[in-house]
Amino acid sequence: MSAFSTVLARDLRLALRQSADSLTVVAFFAIATVLFPFGVGPETNVLARIAGGVLWVTALLAALLSLDRIFAVDFEDGTLDQLVLAGAPLPVVVVAKVCAHWLTTGVPLILVSPLLAVTLHLPAAGYGPLVLALLLGTPTVSLVGAVGAALVLGTRRGGVLLSLLVLPLYIPILIFGTAAVEAALTGLPSTPMLSVLAGFMVLALTFSPWATAAALRQAVE
Amino acid sequence: MHRFANPTQFMRIADAVYPWAAGLSLILFLAGLPIALVTSPPDYQQGETVRIMYVHVSSAWLMMMVYGIVAANSAAFLVWRHPMANLVAKASAPMGAVFTALALITGMLWGQPMWGTFWVWDGRLTSTLILFFLYLGYLALGDAFEDSERGDKAAAILALVGSVNLPIIHFSVEWWNTLHQPSIIKMDGMTVDKSLLLPLFLMMGAFTSYYVAVLVLRLRSELLAAKIRNARMSQVAVNQAAQPAE
Repeated sequence: MSAFSTVLARDLRLALRQSADSLTVVAFFAIATVLFPFGVGPETNVLARIAGGVLWVTALLAALLSLDRIFAVDFEDGTLDQLVLAGAPLPVVVVAKVCAHWLTTGVPLILVSPLLAVTLHLPAAGYGPLVLALLLGTPTVSLVGAVGAALVLGTRRGGVLLSLLVLPLYIPILIFGTAAVEAALTGLPSTPMLSVLAGFMVLALTFSPWATAAALRQAVE
Repeated sequence: MHRFANPTQFMRIADAVYPWAAGLSLILFLAGLPIALVTSPPDYQQGETVRIMYVHVSSAWLMMMVYGIVAANSAAFLVWRHPMANLVAKASAPMGAVFTALALITGMLWGQPMWGTFWVWDGRLTSTLILFFLYLGYLALGDAFEDSERGDKAAAILALVGSVNLPIIHFSVEWWNTLHQPSIIKMDGMTVDKSLLLPLFLMMGAFTSYYVAVLVLRLRSELLAAKIRNARMSQVAVNQAAQPAE
C-alpha cells in the first residue's frame, strides 16, 4: 500500500507543478467541443440532439492526447526502470499511476463537461447522467489507455499508433456513455447503461493493470 | 506441446501437413464452388443473394478462428517464449485481417439487397469492425519498433487484450436484437435447410484448409528469411575477420 500512495503522491505532485499539462487537455476538450456548433450549425435542437455524443467523443480524444504522459516521461528519464526494479508489485504501481492520471485529466474533464454541455444546449434531464457516465467511464478510459501507452513506449510513431490501438477499445465505453445520456433525454432510466459502464470499469480494473505491467516489463528489458 | 517449440520439429510436421491441407483445399474449392455458386437452390426468401453467404460465413468463421490462434500463440509466446508460437501468430495475423475485410465487404454486398443498406451500426457489424482495427493495430505495433523482438512482445500483449472482443462478436447477435441474424450453426439442430448446409460446410472446409496451407508456406518463408539473415551476418563477420586489423 505504501508503494501505491508514494507513487500516487509523486505523480500528483509532478502534475501540480506542471499544471499546464492538465489545463492543455481541458483546453483541447473545450476547443474541440466548440468546433461542433460551427460544423453542424447553431440550431438548438440539432445541438441538443448530438450534445452527449459530441462531449463523449471529444472527451475521449482529449484523454487520448494525455495518455503518453502516464509513462513516456518516466520511460525517457529512467524512472520507469527504477519503478520496475523497486520490488513493489508492478500492477500496484500501475494502478497508482493510472489513478494520478485520472485525477489530473479525467476529473478536470468531468468538471468542465456540464459547462460545455450548456453551450451545446443539452436539455436539463441530460446533465446528471452525463456527469455520472463520465464519472464511471473515464477511469476505464485511463485504465485501458495505460495498456496502450505502455505498449508504444519506444516506438517511432507512438502518438498515431496509440490512437489505432486504444480507440477501438474505447468504442464500447462511447456506446454506453452516449446511450446513458440518450436514455435520459427520451425519458427512460439511464441506470442500465451506467451499470454496464461500472461493469466495464471493474473488468478493466481487474485485467488492465496486469497487461500494463507486462507491457512495462518488456519495455524496460 | 513444448516439443513443437523446436522449429525443425515443428516444420517437419508442418511440411507433412502442407500437401494434405493444400490438396484438401483444392478439392473442397473445386467441389464447393460449383455447388455454392451454381447448382445449390436459391433461398426461398433471399433468392440468389444467398450465395454470398457461403463466402461471408466462411470468412467470418476464419476471422474468429485466426484471431483465436493469434491470441493463443501470443499467450504461449509470452509465457514460454516459444519462437514458433510468435511466428505462427505473426504469420496468421495478416491473413486474419484479410478474412475480416472479406467478411465485412461480402456482408455489405449482401446487406444492400437484403436490408436495403450497406451498413448498419448493429452489434455484430460494429464488433467485427473493431476486430479489423485490432488486427491492424497488431500489425502496426509489431512493426513499430527498431528492435523487432520488442515489437513481437508488445503485439502479443495487444493480441491478448483484444481477445475480449471475441466473445462480444460471438454473442452480439443474442445480446442486441438488431438486423444481423443469429447463428445458423448450433449444437442443437440447424436453422437452415440441408441443401444450403452442404455447400456452406464445403466452403468452410475449403477456407480453413486454405488457411492452414498458406500458414505453412508463410512459416517456411519466414524461417528461410531468418536463415538468410543469419548467413549474411556470419558472412560479414567472416569478411571482417579476414581483413587485417588496421
